[in-house]
Amino acid sequence: MLRDITLGQYYQADSLLHRLDCRVKLVGTLLFIISLFVVDNFPGYALAAVFLAVCIRLSKVPFRFMVKGMKAIVFLMLFAVVFNLFLTPGTPVVEFWKLKITREGIEMAVKMAVRLTMLIIGSSLMTLTTTPNLLTDGLESLLNPLKKLKVPVHEVAMMMSIALRFIPILLEETDKIMKAQIARGADFESGSLIRRAKAMVPLLVPLFIAAFRRANDLAMAMEARCYRGGEGRTKMKPLVYGKRDFVAYGVLASYLAAAVVIGRVLPI
Amino acid sequence: MSLKLEHVSYLYGTDTTLPVRALDDICLEIPDGQFIGLIGHTGSGKSTLVQHLNGLLEPSEGILSYNGRNIWEKDFPRKELRSKVGLVFQYPEHQLFEVDVFSDVCFGPKNLGLSKEETERRARRALELVGFPEEFYGQSPFELSGGQKRRVAIAGVLAMEPKILVLDEPTAGLDPRGRDEILGQIAHLKKETGISVVLVSHSMEDVANYVERIVVMSHGKILFDDVPRNVFGHVKELEAVGLAAPQVTYILHKLKESGFDVDTQATTIPEARDEILKAMKVEKTC
Repeated sequence: MLRDITLGQYYQADSLLHRLDCRVKLVGTLLFIISLFVVDNFPGYALAAVFLAVCIRLSKVPFRFMVKGMKAIVFLMLFAVVFNLFLTPGTPVVEFWKLKITREGIEMAVKMAVRLTMLIIGSSLMTLTTTPNLLTDGLESLLNPLKKLKVPVHEVAMMMSIALRFIPILLEETDKIMKAQIARGADFESGSLIRRAKAMVPLLVPLFIAAFRRANDLAMAMEARCYRGGEGRTKMKPLVYGKRDFVAYGVLASYLAAAVVIGRVLPI
Repeated sequence: MSLKLEHVSYLYGTDTTLPVRALDDICLEIPDGQFIGLIGHTGSGKSTLVQHLNGLLEPSEGILSYNGRNIWEKDFPRKELRSKVGLVFQYPEHQLFEVDVFSDVCFGPKNLGLSKEETERRARRALELVGFPEEFYGQSPFELSGGQKRRVAIAGVLAMEPKILVLDEPTAGLDPRGRDEILGQIAHLKKETGISVVLVSHSMEDVANYVERIVVMSHGKILFDDVPRNVFGHVKELEAVGLAAPQVTYILHKLKESGFDVDTQATTIPEARDEILKAMKVEKTC
């Protein structure tokens, strides 16, 4: 059921990618995403795919975990593909009624699909190999310079980590409430779209209440332990770069360079 | 009319490297009109078992049949089964969602496609059965106290008029008074309606006073399935799986060890009192 969403969930394993400093992984994911949008031809995408495949291999996370995360964005993807397919001007290939599919449209749609797929898999690879705690630690440390501009970096990082932490909790809660309502004869699966939307009310109302209740409890627990923001807060496990992290940065830099050269500069 | 489990097993996480066997070869029959206590330590598989009873989970192995028909047959009306086997989850008050108490209780029967009159009749009766005062029917369920919320939630399941009512830890998180009230109400409605009740708990004390049969679970298996006095005879085995007999049983055992002639099989406080009084009288006469 709803448990299948892996976005933002950690997969326990002992691999090179798991041991890498979280900052490297964050920067790496960002660079990978940038590379996906810089690259504009199929050899470039092939390079990105190979890079991603190697990373997945190194992470020891079973591939199906990443595919599971994809299910969540199927709709978004369909939208992007359909709009690109029909609304891109150019030489028409197929024409019927008022719609026409152009060669450029097909190319755009395929590129969009490839980009989105790799983007999601790439970012779920990061969340699958990094615990939410480390993720926010890394983010906080990377965004630290922004503090000079009065950006509440610590608070944002804390909010993010709480949001991530709540995903599995709320999923579990959803599952529970769903079962409880099914036990009372609720039907979430059949009927027209409107009926199904209405059927969500008995699920959503308790879920929102549960979310607020949890948030309230958490706020209370944080206050009870004298939490007062990032000012003067030290870390139990400070982030320290090791040798392998610098090597990883090197690999990332060369990947980006190769992607730019193949995907943009070399006309194929 | 009965619910029968034959060699039912259930595995969690079959797609991971470490599947967990939550239920292991369970054989159990729930006949009409019985008050059953299902007891086990946290993680013994109680909650997994009860979710099988109304077809929320499909057994990995084994057969679950209602009135002799396998409920996982292709065209078995499972929605109907869910109205016959009412399941009240842990913390059922978390499922309340309507604007007022009465409409929330109506949710179940309405889903069964009943007429408005019948729906309301059932809701009214369910609320009466759990002892919910009529003047609060129009109140928002979120403004009630914990114990009252729970009553409304139990009424929400009762309103479907099930033949078997399964309650998963109905007293969790209540104070002793709320606990006694809820348990008393359940015993009362059992007597009133004659339905079967399965009471899931990890507290012997809770169930000892009410049920006529106890099923003890441990590590996904059924350890004992007998009348209370026989089950509580196995104090050592119960302790080994993290459970305890009612306190009166311990007192009686201690008294017996100290030379009093008491029957250690008494399970409820009145029975124990009679036993002790009897023993004291014998003492006096000698």
